[in-house]
Amino acid sequence: MDDSNTPHSNNESENQKGSSRRDFLKNLGLAGVGVAAGAAALYSGHIFEAKKEVSGDQKVLLTQDGKLVQVDSLEIKALEKNGKELHETLGREGIPGRRWVMVTDLSKCRNARKCINACQGAHQLRPEQYHMNTLQMQDTPGTAPYNMPKNCQHCDNPPCVAVCPVDATYKRPDGIVLIENDRCIGCRFCMAACPYSARIFNWIEPKDAANHQGEEYNVELNVPQKLGTISKCLFSADRLREGKLPYCVEACPNSVYYFGDENEDAVTNGTTKETVRLSKLLRDNGGYQLMPELGTKPRVYYLPPKNRLFPFEEAKDATPEKV
Amino acid sequence: MDDNNLTFDKITSDLTHHIRINKGFMVWMGFLTVSLAVCLYAYSMQLRTGLGVAGIRDYVTWGLYLANFVFFVAASLIGMLISAVLGLIGMKWLTPITRIAETIAVAFAAVAGLIIISDMGRPERLAYVFIYARPQSPILWDVTVITTYFVLSLLLLFLPLIADMAVIHRRVASLPSWLKPVYKSLSLNFTDRPEQNKIINRSIRILLILLIPAALSIHTVTSWLFAVTSRAGWDSTVFGPYFVSGAFVAGSAAVIIAMFFFRKNYKLQDYLTDMHFNNMGKVLATVSLVYLYFNINEFLVPGYKMKRADAVHLQELFAGKDALLFWVVQLGGLVLPILFMLFRRFRKPLPIMLISIAVLIAAWFKRYIIVIPTQEHPFLPIQHVPQNFVHYSPTLIETLITIAPFILVLIIITLISKFFPVIPLHETAREKGIEHIKFD
Repeated sequence: MDDSNTPHSNNESENQKGSSRRDFLKNLGLAGVGVAAGAAALYSGHIFEAKKEVSGDQKVLLTQDGKLVQVDSLEIKALEKNGKELHETLGREGIPGRRWVMVTDLSKCRNARKCINACQGAHQLRPEQYHMNTLQMQDTPGTAPYNMPKNCQHCDNPPCVAVCPVDATYKRPDGIVLIENDRCIGCRFCMAACPYSARIFNWIEPKDAANHQGEEYNVELNVPQKLGTISKCLFSADRLREGKLPYCVEACPNSVYYFGDENEDAVTNGTTKETVRLSKLLRDNGGYQLMPELGTKPRVYYLPPKNRLFPFEEAKDATPEKV
Repeated sequence: MDDNNLTFDKITSDLTHHIRINKGFMVWMGFLTVSLAVCLYAYSMQLRTGLGVAGIRDYVTWGLYLANFVFFVAASLIGMLISAVLGLIGMKWLTPITRIAETIAVAFAAVAGLIIISDMGRPERLAYVFIYARPQSPILWDVTVITTYFVLSLLLLFLPLIADMAVIHRRVASLPSWLKPVYKSLSLNFTDRPEQNKIINRSIRILLILLIPAALSIHTVTSWLFAVTSRAGWDSTVFGPYFVSGAFVAGSAAVIIAMFFFRKNYKLQDYLTDMHFNNMGKVLATVSLVYLYFNINEFLVPGYKMKRADAVHLQELFAGKDALLFWVVQLGGLVLPILFMLFRRFRKPLPIMLISIAVLIAAWFKRYIIVIPTQEHPFLPIQHVPQNFVHYSPTLIETLITIAPFILVLIIITLISKFFPVIPLHETAREKGIEHIKFD
């Protein structure tokens, strides 16, 4: 057996050879690290230089949360409008800084049903499916009948959201209660819980389902509608994102609807485009909410049907006999 | 007859002679299977085209399926009443009934979970209930407690069976040969040693104690599916105990009916005696009285005040569209049976079985009355919708899908009772004074 291979060898020359081999390897390692570090430094310097290229053209932009910022035009990238991203993030976060609110003036509604048509068109609904429905109301036998457009009240304490087992319906910070039909399991607990009967269900294949097949789902418009899932009024969240008024508000020919931001204390009439103070409108006209005693805290206010501009007429039904 | 004359051999043969496949069993199972196939075909149509094949629409969105679900959860609660509540306070006469009660509990609890799936618009997303679980929703509580109760009930059915199977696979020559290894492996090498009995008895006791809160939870939470809403007819603080007491009525009636047919078909007259029917009659009368008490609270108090939304609902129930059903169920399914059951002669096997059938049918329709009319009377008027949105009427497909769970329950009860002793063998022997079981 060769002595040099044993740890207890005391052969000097063999020992020196061994130590010089170790030193060599050590130096080689150090050199390697040095080269790698140098290369990395050069590369990052190159990246830094490349980044420094500026056009000198500075743009002033408004961020989502309302701040003005200055950015070089080369750094501006168009945000990819990805529907999936929209409904996973923005669709749940809402529009920052806003508290959407609706005011419905019952003295002006003559049951023209233009709001209903616009809504059903935008949301791919059948004639008997209402996000917005005008009801013929008579509170007590002695009081006068009136027309009452009724949509989701976008409650601040929404019973539907509380009972949903899968977080398919949710309350956004901007006040809107949305429904994500990719997630809905169709248990209809939210329908049972809603005291305003605001929710509808796709019992049969949604309208023109074949035409909309494969379209990307837009949670802020809730289209395409899906069989076996819930739908309801969304305050036209897609239109609000574009800075426009909701479909129903814009379609009304009789100045019934005001829509706006509670934080700004301003609402805009969809017909006249007149913007008024929300608090003053409610104060001057005796604004109220539907069934406030239930504690749902609706975001829809009603102005009472006094000094009605139109006589009350019995509505004619255009819905099919059976669906 | 004098019970003490029964030898262990006779008990064993009396309680196990039915464990064989005979013509009657084949015909019965064939009938159940064909019926189930028809109902499953109906369900496949619903799977293909959606919940629209049923009569439920935007206002009455919970129909037969949900009424059926409530009924099944209710019937399953009997395992808790018989085994746990009455068993733990030491009622010895219950021994031959415990397994029947547990079988019914297991069958109804297992099927209740399936009914909920048939009521889902998107059954393929069932897993979302766990993936995106929201603890605020009573549905998650319901899923949790029903699963818990089912597992507890299954264990409670199984543990007393261990000793029985140990005896039977060794001593019963007539046991079908394919069943022997099943019995042997399920008996877990039980040899009636004191320490084995100690473990089993202690486990059963723990299960019985756990079963009480679990059972109370399943039906209380099921009642909360309604009571957490503000709708007239559901917005009630007594819904939990109202549902639980009603569940005992349905379950006791189901047990009496099962007792009657097992006694007749499996010739168990020596074990399920007139005394047992008499006592179960008293149990049914007692729980019916408690249920009547809650009914008075549930209808009289809002009926006295007649708040606007309640008034519309109650007027329809008391004197309107649903009045006939309401009064037949309340009088024919609750008040009259209580009056009859006060007399001993109506607690004989045949009359008490007939009374139980009436009570059980009424119990099903009572769930219909609880679930459906409330939704026909929402706070805001139902307008501009098709006629079938205004008034609910179940479709044929929906009815078939509603019948399917009953067939499934019958299949489960038939299989369990056919291949295992209906009456606990080991416990019966003990109670007859036979201390040690001869194994060979």
